[in-house]
Amino acid sequence: MSRTGTSLLLLLPWLLLAHGFAADSCLTCHAGLDAGLKAPAEKYPNDIHAQAGLGCADCHGGDRNSDDYEVSMSPKKGFKGHIARTAIPKLCATCHSDANAMRKFRPQQRIDQFAEYQTSVHGKRLAAGDDAVATCIDCHSVHDIRAVKDAQSPVYPLHLPETCARCHASAEHMAKYKIETNQFAQYRTSVHWAALAAGDLSAPTCASCHGNHGATPPQVSSVANVCGTCHALFAELYNKSPHQPVFAAMDAGGCVVCHSNHGIKTPSVQMLAGSQAVCAKCHDAASEGGKAAVEVAGMLNQLTATLDRSDRILASAHRSGMEVGEAQLRQAEGRDDLVKAIVAVHAFNPAAVRTPVQAGLAIAAATYRSGQSALQERDARRVGLAISLITILIVMLGIWLAIRNLENRRPKIAEPDGS
Amino acid sequence: MPGTGNPQSVKGWFEERLGLASARELLAHKTVPVHSATMWYYFGGITLFLFVIQVLTGMLLLLYYRPSPTEAYESVQFIMTRVQFGWLVRSIHSWSANLMILAAFIHMFSVVFLHAYRRPRELTWLSGIALLGLALAFGFSGYLLPWNTISYFATKVGTDMAAAVPVVGQSLARFLRGGNDVGGATLTRFFGFHVAVLPGITTLMLLVHLAMVQKHGMSSPPWIRGSNRPQMKFFPNFFLRELMAWYAALGVLGSLAAIFPWELGEKADPFISAPAGIRPEWYFLAPFYTLKLIPSHVWKIEGELLGLFGFGLLALWWVALPFWASDRAGMARTKLVTGAGVALLAYLATFSALGYWR
Repeated sequence: MSRTGTSLLLLLPWLLLAHGFAADSCLTCHAGLDAGLKAPAEKYPNDIHAQAGLGCADCHGGDRNSDDYEVSMSPKKGFKGHIARTAIPKLCATCHSDANAMRKFRPQQRIDQFAEYQTSVHGKRLAAGDDAVATCIDCHSVHDIRAVKDAQSPVYPLHLPETCARCHASAEHMAKYKIETNQFAQYRTSVHWAALAAGDLSAPTCASCHGNHGATPPQVSSVANVCGTCHALFAELYNKSPHQPVFAAMDAGGCVVCHSNHGIKTPSVQMLAGSQAVCAKCHDAASEGGKAAVEVAGMLNQLTATLDRSDRILASAHRSGMEVGEAQLRQAEGRDDLVKAIVAVHAFNPAAVRTPVQAGLAIAAATYRSGQSALQERDARRVGLAISLITILIVMLGIWLAIRNLENRRPKIAEPDGS
Repeated sequence: MPGTGNPQSVKGWFEERLGLASARELLAHKTVPVHSATMWYYFGGITLFLFVIQVLTGMLLLLYYRPSPTEAYESVQFIMTRVQFGWLVRSIHSWSANLMILAAFIHMFSVVFLHAYRRPRELTWLSGIALLGLALAFGFSGYLLPWNTISYFATKVGTDMAAAVPVVGQSLARFLRGGNDVGGATLTRFFGFHVAVLPGITTLMLLVHLAMVQKHGMSSPPWIRGSNRPQMKFFPNFFLRELMAWYAALGVLGSLAAIFPWELGEKADPFISAPAGIRPEWYFLAPFYTLKLIPSHVWKIEGELLGLFGFGLLALWWVALPFWASDRAGMARTKLVTGAGVALLAYLATFSALGYWR
């Protein structure tokens, strides 16, 4: 290679770097400004749009190629400067509602976010001129927008409740809307949060029930359907149950009547009978409904206790070294029947609960017998061992006596050995 | 030699055909040295006794065991839960395997510390070491046969180690596994090794070992000198004592089998990740833990390779013990060998314990 060629090759990275700086003069200049104006330039390299090759000018307009700010930020070059909050959703929708634009980057990305947003409480209020409601950047952040699946994104499932709570848990922010601010605190005590915090990213967050871009409180009539998205069998049974028409007539919100909404706790039999029974709020103990609730609670308690008893005896047999794998496998079937019985509670008919409970009880009785016979066999083995050991000891004693007798008659011989 | 008994009697009939008189003659003159360390002579016989139990219980297990990934676990479960005394047979087979290896190690170290490997017993030592290697191979191949999670992943780790051997490692691992990974072919292969190949070789090696013991007799430790050393007759004096030792071993074996029946565990699932804390049987723990401690690279050499090379050298040095344990004058280097034996024993005990608890 000639000397000129080698020099050009060595200069190439520097030429490319210099071109890169000139290509986004916005970042170059803003990086040297004060905090407020510097922040976007610092954050933007982490933004998903930067990774897709988009620059500041794609949203803010202007000419990124000019180092002269009077040219690069000239309105003649389409420079918009600060984007008004009311204009943000429409600006984002320029690309995100355009199938042709999105296809270049993510062909499978949905393009209905803006349409949904317009149906949301946020979107409607924004359209009415209220710029304090959430827009795209309030949830997704700005200048460092990350993919939803990025664990650092504010809309990543683990962070989403906190993101919503930034406004919805702020008494000051919610004052003018007259909305309660305890939802986040309640959610953090719920079974849903417990599952999410344990790493189950499919556990429900705010958006699972309220929608995300079209966020709206579920109407009373649709609560069962919303819960039924995940709890399908429960919803199906509830919709056929005697409670459905009654709750609908009362304008009560289905599932939330018993389970509440944001602070849903792990359901237990105590919800059916006892001092904490939710059934008792409407049904007297002497009424048909009250009696049915107590009967169902009794059946569930009986099955749970019977399965626990079998678990204990099988565990004891297993600890003793007995092989009870088959019975333990059957126990899993019994636990499945308990789950079926708990689901069947939502038919609000004791007969529906009785079928799986009886199946589970039959399994638990069989596994208990397996545990009992395993322990009996263990005891029999130990008796057999004791008899065998005594026999062995007697034989050993006999041999020892034979040796003694032998050596008393004929002492050990002594002879030379060359080893 | 023609029989001397009455050819009309049953005894005489056998005497004429088998020449039992010469065997009786041999037994009558065979003696065993009597000294403070005589008790260590029993461990060879205990190892043999446990081997016989292995063969007998193994044959019983063969009646029901099926060597395929879909049936192996279930067949062992069937043996343990449905077959009359199947649990006892399986438990005795597993426990006696472990006790046999323990007895073999005790026997080996007693030979070392009593310096019984000395000329002319070099071949007795070599055949004994070969038998110990075969016992370990029995343990490694038999461990996989129940096809449970622990045995499956331990075999994966073991065959991965074989793959790390330079030049022949990959071929050796493929030969052991019957493919690129542990699977059905490995199980069939290990079953074949366990019930046919290894018993055949072991029987031959055992005959060589016993023939050598018979030829050279029991060795006395070098510190016992003099021509009038006390002896006891092998039959019946020593034999009856050995019989007592066998009964004691049987009692220990029966107690372990009945009080701590060998667990079956969970059925192996090749698609799950290896459970935490996976480790081989206790007799492989010391090298396993040592390999874990060696960094992935020592200077430019792969750590595992370095470890295997070290173990190879150590094994070679130990096998050759009778040849470096004597000086030019033919005198035993007793202090050197005792020191080496203590060091090896301390290493095996310490690293096995660390491998078990860490």
